[in-house]
Amino acid sequence: MFESLSNRLNDVFDRLRRHGALSEDDVNAALREIRVALLEADVALPVVKDFVNAVRETAVGQEVLRSVTPGQMVVKIVHDHLVETLGGVAAQPLNLNAVPPVVVMMVGLQGSGKTTTAAKLGRIVRLRERKKVLLASLDVQRPAAQEQLAVLARQAEVTSLPIVAGERPVAIARRALDMGRREAYDVVILDTAGRLHIDEPLMQEVAAVRDAAQPTETLLVADAMTGQDAVNVAKAFAERVGITGIVLTRVDGDARGGAALSMRQITGRPIKFMGTGEKLDALEPFHAERVAGRILGMGDVVGLVEKAAETVDQEEAEKLARKLQKGGFDLDDLAQQLKQLRKMGGMGGVMGMLPGINKVKKQLEEAKIDDGMIKRQEAIISSMTKSERRNPKLLNASRRLRIAAGSGTSVPEINRLLKQYQDMAGMMKKMNKLGKKGLMRHGLSAILPGGGGGFGR
Amino acid sequence: MSEERRGWFQRLRAGLGRSSSRLTDGIAGIFAKRRLDEAALAELEELLIAADLGTELAEEVTGRLRRTRFNQEVAPEEIRAALAEEMAKSLALVERPLRLDPATRPLVVLVVGVNGSGKTTTIGKLAKQYRDDGKTVLIAAGDTFRAAAVEQLRVWGERAGAAVVARETGADAAGLAFDAYERARREGADVLLIDTAGRLHNRADLMAELQKIVRVLKKVDPKAPHAVLLVLDATVGQNAHRQAEIFRDMVGVTGIVMTKLDGTARGGVLVSLAEKYGIPVHYIGVGESAEDLRPFEAEAFARSLVGLER
Repeated sequence: MFESLSNRLNDVFDRLRRHGALSEDDVNAALREIRVALLEADVALPVVKDFVNAVRETAVGQEVLRSVTPGQMVVKIVHDHLVETLGGVAAQPLNLNAVPPVVVMMVGLQGSGKTTTAAKLGRIVRLRERKKVLLASLDVQRPAAQEQLAVLARQAEVTSLPIVAGERPVAIARRALDMGRREAYDVVILDTAGRLHIDEPLMQEVAAVRDAAQPTETLLVADAMTGQDAVNVAKAFAERVGITGIVLTRVDGDARGGAALSMRQITGRPIKFMGTGEKLDALEPFHAERVAGRILGMGDVVGLVEKAAETVDQEEAEKLARKLQKGGFDLDDLAQQLKQLRKMGGMGGVMGMLPGINKVKKQLEEAKIDDGMIKRQEAIISSMTKSERRNPKLLNASRRLRIAAGSGTSVPEINRLLKQYQDMAGMMKKMNKLGKKGLMRHGLSAILPGGGGGFGR
Repeated sequence: MSEERRGWFQRLRAGLGRSSSRLTDGIAGIFAKRRLDEAALAELEELLIAADLGTELAEEVTGRLRRTRFNQEVAPEEIRAALAEEMAKSLALVERPLRLDPATRPLVVLVVGVNGSGKTTTIGKLAKQYRDDGKTVLIAAGDTFRAAAVEQLRVWGERAGAAVVARETGADAAGLAFDAYERARREGADVLLIDTAGRLHNRADLMAELQKIVRVLKKVDPKAPHAVLLVLDATVGQNAHRQAEIFRDMVGVTGIVMTKLDGTARGGVLVSLAEKYGIPVHYIGVGESAEDLRPFEAEAFARSLVGLER
């Protein structure tokens, strides 16, 4: 999308430049592309409007029109403005400056991820801030919600408030604070029931809990997949309950995450954390640049690297790197890479996170390169002898026939794999020359000549 | 209109009314005193975008209005009807109830979706409805990942009067599904509802687990699961497309349930999903109680969405 946004912008400017001087209409055409890109990323309409207007002002001031690559310059302005609006480079930490026990209250819609986030937060506060944490579930609506938090608290190695059946939320909050004071807890985290922001009785109830517990932090937990409704939700919770910050959950999904911008803009409150997985350690300080990149479809390189670090065997990776430097990339290494690609969530999972990959993605789809093909390729390689894997030049016609029979594939498929291997070996050499910096700057297109060439058709 | 029917329609309207009142007010505001000119059409397009219809579809729908009524003096009511009609056309193609087939017993219903979309609650409501209808229901607590998911389902099972097959947290969900299926057959149950752990569709490993459940069920009956329901949260934006596409490709989704339509989210993405994938929509959720899970009706949905009485 990033590529396509900058391509689309460049198209607009190219088309217009042929007509001579650029006018305000031309700028408007470009802004329209930005508007569509943001809306497709689920940024809410009123927020998009403000944002586009702000970009217009900046763009005019910076004399984009005289620039050689106005498209890219506009994209840079959009990106920078996006990062800034999302809260800048450094995430705001949790505010625990109050007389202990400091109360943190979690609020949000049903299914946004409050309970899991409460436990993740408890774990982080215990480990990073070295605080004594008490978790309490005030959710008397959803069956077994209190049990769920108790189990998660055990996993996070923090205490949870003993459950008293039939107790109302305000009473639970009071009891949690009592226990917090009596037993000298530093932080008490209150997990409230999920509620619709227009459910009057339930909104009154959460306001009553707030009045009783006087939280230092009230965090709105919201799903990164949220659409246009993000505005209504954020506005209602900010007005009715008063929030101090936002936690964006399910950032490990492939949603573009425009809701982050909507909610930040509407509430004026910082996004403090983002949930990046199902496990309890998957809560990170909010990273504006990463989310800005996703909203613009630039991909999430940091996320990809982290995912890789999680799944890729460090030793294997180092071994491969040493081998690559010597220029000896063989089919065993390719098989290893295919395996890791699958472990990282398959083609779809990886592709979504790479910058400049959209064009390649289409070509891959057209060439029917998918996860099934990766599996077949692994089968092909495992049907080769050790010496064949080390030296693919051995693979003459009769050997290829044997491998096809052994792996249940066909000779053309084997030929395709070998072509792909050759391209990749070539690519590796290029990559070594280009270095890491060049890769970041040019994206994959720098090493994939003609788009999907690396995966040869 | 019978009393009972009016009852549920009013519920639906009460639920959807909240979603649509803003849209309605907006439309009335645009058209009270003006022609359907470019500016009016642009505002109309924005209203549709704000309902999560997506930019492309919003442009298309307003484009259709432009062709037929451009520069006409139109009443807000008329525009609403035209809008509803356009959307109902696409939605009618996917309006298909989930029916029990007497020849297939037990009917195996696998329920899938991303985390927090409302799978467990939907199963609870479905179980209650089937039980009230005199059917025997078995529930498989296939979410063996989330803490206390089994307990949550047990409560629903008790409310509905349906037995729940469960194992400890962390157990193999496919094995559990297989056992539950065997038991449902042995006991001659009418319906087997299988819950699954919420999973993001871009997690290939978790999607493979889901495929394993399907494979294992097919060992008992090649036609099983007879229904695969994708539960979508109405608040979801354009990512619903990815969810529908990947869950369909991976486990052959046969129907959609859209939950949480009682908020301000309008669920407009259903219209674009209908046009793009044509997956049947069985139910919509408009409230907390079991009867708030309602069969999806295209015209009612479309008309309610733009604030019209049926």
